[in-house]
Amino acid sequence: MTTNPSPVWTARLVRAVQAARWYARGVIGADAYDRYLEHHQRSGCPVAPMTEREFWRDKTDHQQRNPTSRCC
Amino acid sequence: MSEGPVSVRKIRTDPDLPPVAVEEPPPNTTPSKITFGVIGVLGALGWVMIAIVRGERVNAMWFVFAAVCSYIIAFRFYSRLIEYKVLKPRDTRATPAEKFENGKDFMPTDRRVLYGHHFAAIAGAGPLVGPVLAAQMGYLPGTIWIIVGVIFAGAVQDYMVMHLSIRRNGRSLGQMARDELGPIGGWAAILGVLSIMLILLAVLCIVVINALAESPWGVFSVAMTIPIALFMGVYLRFLRPGKVSEVSVIGVALLLLAIVAGRWVAEDPTLHQVFTLSKPALAWWIIAYGFLASVLPVWLLLAPRDYLSTFMKVGTIILLALGILAARPTVQMPAITEFASNGKGPAFAGSLFPFLFITIACGALSGFHALISSGTTPKLIEKESQARMMGYGGMLMESFVAIMAMVAAVSIDQNLYFAMNSPTGVNGGTPEKAAAYLNTLGLVTPGGAPLPPADPAMLAQAAKDVGEASIIGRTGGAPTLAVGMSEIMHGVFGGAAWKSFWYHFAIMFEALFILTTVDAGTRVARFMFSDALSNVRGLERFKDPSWTVGAWIATFIVVGGWGSILVMGVNDPLGGINTLYPLFGIANQLLAAIALTVVFSVIMKNGQFKWAWIPGLPLLWDLAVTLTASFQKIFSNVPAIGYWAQRQRYADALAKGEVLAPAKTKGQMEQVVFNSTVQGVLSIVFAGLVVVVVAVALWVAVRAVKAGGLPTTEEPDTPSRIFAPKSFLPTAAEKEVLAEWAAAGKSPTPVGSHAHG
Repeated sequence: MTTNPSPVWTARLVRAVQAARWYARGVIGADAYDRYLEHHQRSGCPVAPMTEREFWRDKTDHQQRNPTSRCC
Repeated sequence: MSEGPVSVRKIRTDPDLPPVAVEEPPPNTTPSKITFGVIGVLGALGWVMIAIVRGERVNAMWFVFAAVCSYIIAFRFYSRLIEYKVLKPRDTRATPAEKFENGKDFMPTDRRVLYGHHFAAIAGAGPLVGPVLAAQMGYLPGTIWIIVGVIFAGAVQDYMVMHLSIRRNGRSLGQMARDELGPIGGWAAILGVLSIMLILLAVLCIVVINALAESPWGVFSVAMTIPIALFMGVYLRFLRPGKVSEVSVIGVALLLLAIVAGRWVAEDPTLHQVFTLSKPALAWWIIAYGFLASVLPVWLLLAPRDYLSTFMKVGTIILLALGILAARPTVQMPAITEFASNGKGPAFAGSLFPFLFITIACGALSGFHALISSGTTPKLIEKESQARMMGYGGMLMESFVAIMAMVAAVSIDQNLYFAMNSPTGVNGGTPEKAAAYLNTLGLVTPGGAPLPPADPAMLAQAAKDVGEASIIGRTGGAPTLAVGMSEIMHGVFGGAAWKSFWYHFAIMFEALFILTTVDAGTRVARFMFSDALSNVRGLERFKDPSWTVGAWIATFIVVGGWGSILVMGVNDPLGGINTLYPLFGIANQLLAAIALTVVFSVIMKNGQFKWAWIPGLPLLWDLAVTLTASFQKIFSNVPAIGYWAQRQRYADALAKGEVLAPAKTKGQMEQVVFNSTVQGVLSIVFAGLVVVVVAVALWVAVRAVKAGGLPTTEEPDTPSRIFAPKSFLPTAAEKEVLAEWAAAGKSPTPVGSHAHG
């Protein structure tokens, strides 16, 4: 977002929509699998990463064992 | 912001990597001084308008000015002081997120995303409900406490707890209490947290029940959230795994449909019957729901509802802010009402000190945030210095939500406000009786003139407008907020015909995240309880979380705990909210006392005696408030305030065979005696636990002073290898460092490939 935006307003609009989507996905946690893949790639682990389906199962199972509180 | 050119330091931890930290003095240039000068003047103007000028017509916009400008000044100066002099974050140290990164729960997360995430985790029904009830004392005392309280207490607590947890591998408050205060203080803290959680869940359920009782529209639309969440859960698990945004949009659309469909249910003679439930019936439904929800797999109900509730929470709060800006309502409530001094307010009894502070709770200082600030957010934060925007800044936003709730409550008609917020046992329950009751209250306009007499037709019409049979005696704050919100929103979106939609939208929005809290809170409490049980000889097996029978037993006991308080509350002839809400507020503020005590002990152990007042001052104030309130609740001889005095009065009458209003039967008399006994015992337990924690902390502090400091359980320094700016916008020096990373062809932080600051 700090690079110079294109002078064409459509490109700006596309960027704004992309930024909004990125933000919303981040806040509700929809980007978890993308981030996991990226982490997996970076860690150089030789085992194949979990598939999307496996990942989300693993994630909710983890939540099951480690509950976090919500506020009043 | 502009840079301070003198002593900017860019620090490396590895000669082969670009810098990982930037240290710079706060901006002190002329443009920055002018900006803060202007903000200061605007804020002062806001305060003058609401506190001194007052008059007959005060516009709610002044609340927004006073609040936002005060927050900016506090963030710039006070939180910076805490950062610079006390916490001294060092960005060369790796945070738990970086150290233990596992692609799942430990994961450096973009600071702006994490801010949204943290806010969604701390915001709940509390900051919306408390200010509404506090409005009975007038708009001014509540507004002052919401703003001053957050600056010097609430945001300080959240920020400091978060920092301590970051330095301790993301440990929870309970663990830190045990580590820093030793076994006795630690155990008292954990027991305190557990018992406080039970009362909290019970009171939140009462808030929902008061909004839904005898309201087929509300019951239907809130009940529909369950099949909607189940559908989302199945969709995410089997149909299209991971398509979270997609399913959330579908879920929100279905939710809106459920609100619209609620009207058809309310108008259909058969369905109307089916979905009209009394308070006790609703209580049993919620208890059954709470048990099932917390033993069902997370993926089926909790996870999808979390997505829905985050969406609705953030969306509605933005919508409400826009609505207030567009509608700019005029305040109907005087600055200070008579109830502030005589302690006879219908929404809650007791005088301004201490009960106003107890009632507002979450919007100014919330102990529960300490549980989120420790444990959850530290595992996701990129840099130590970001705790300031996350912890302090996140709490400022929560306080702003409380200000909006206050605006919504004080901009509705006063007669309507008091008709809704007095228990039916007192106001009679019908428009005619309620109007007669309101006319005895001696209400005055903001300018001080007597309020025109209440009109029963107006009360009936107000109920009709929002699609309810009656709104008299709808205590608990949520319905009042919903009326305020529909008043504000219908003028901006949809017109008068939409009043009932907005009312039920607000009810659904509150009920949705209260139900999520009930589910998640029951799970957390169950784990804590199992953990505690497993220390007893012979019960070690409770430690194993995969032992289903154990999980069910523990869940049953936890649900039984809050469920029995809930049933007690809904059957209370005196109005459950009036007797239990103070206990909820006291509990939450006592949890804050525990959190501040832990922070205070660490500052003392660090040998930073000179700065101990920063957590010490809010701690002292909080203890004064909560212990005075507990004292009055235990020892006051005014039956409306003291639980034991109440018990005595009804027990004496019962012994003589009399029936005291508002109880109507002998059974109700016995109910009052029983309830006030339980409430009295709970007040003693809460206060006792906190006194133990504070006493232990004082002992730690004395030892620390004698020894000139003591070791803490801070983790050793692990050098960081990532870089990220401290706040929302990068400073000039931070931009240079980001450019260095780009030039070296490296990503400064693994926050996801989409957008970087």
